[in-house]
Amino acid sequence: MDLKLGHYNKDGIEVVDVEGEIDVYTAPRLRELLIDLVNKNNYQLVVNMEKVEFLDSTGLGVLVGGLKRVRAHDGSLDLVCTQERILKIFRITGLTKVFGIHDTVDEAIAAKKSEK
Amino acid sequence: MATVEVTFTPLPAHVRTARLVATAVARRSGVDEALLDEVRLAVGEACSRAVEAHQRHCPAEPVRIEMTDQDERFVVTVSDHAPTATGRQAAPAESSDSAGHDRMGSDGGSAIPAGFGLAVISGLADDVRVLSTSSGVSVQMSWPSTAVTS
Repeated sequence: MDLKLGHYNKDGIEVVDVEGEIDVYTAPRLRELLIDLVNKNNYQLVVNMEKVEFLDSTGLGVLVGGLKRVRAHDGSLDLVCTQERILKIFRITGLTKVFGIHDTVDEAIAAKKSEK
Repeated sequence: MATVEVTFTPLPAHVRTARLVATAVARRSGVDEALLDEVRLAVGEACSRAVEAHQRHCPAEPVRIEMTDQDERFVVTVSDHAPTATGRQAAPAESSDSAGHDRMGSDGGSAIPAGFGLAVISGLADDVRVLSTSSGVSVQMSWPSTAVTS
């Protein structure tokens, strides 16, 4: 399977696990999931990218779109990513300044809680 | 001079195939392993761009990608046949198609502007040329490769 998605709630925060490749073909599924979560009133999201093998600008667009949606409800969308190959595209596009990027899901959740 | 050409129906599902082929040919051409991720990403962006342009303007026409060894450089050219408003040499940051469509923006909450993919490509390949004519756009990218002695 090109892209595998899962999600669960931890400490009131919805964590989305992404595995595989996020590109023009697979990104719509992630987009639909993020829209669905927001429609169900989940506005504090963490997207775990540690098992993402490929991410292009379409994938970035989906993440930015998700961020915009949750921010419309005063929420936030943070990322978990330590892979240099994935972080590279965030750096090239300057999106490291837009997203909170953490080393682990627990760190991302802790950061969100300390903001409150 | 080694040349590989791939043409594919403009469907998002085939962009991955084009990425994998380009990466394999780049490796064979002697592109440094450390640069292969960049090749994969840049070729994917160019192909995604071409696929979307074809889906809007000419869905029956295939997208073409050519890969060549040339003067110790691995050169990839992705060509589409989607007509543009004007035929002009376009800088990557300025390029956009005539409709100015945003990718994944059908719900009105478009996240990234047109031309973003080309901006990403410019950040990945040290040599990028975009040629925009009234009959389509060619994006040419290259990376250094070690000469293969046969």
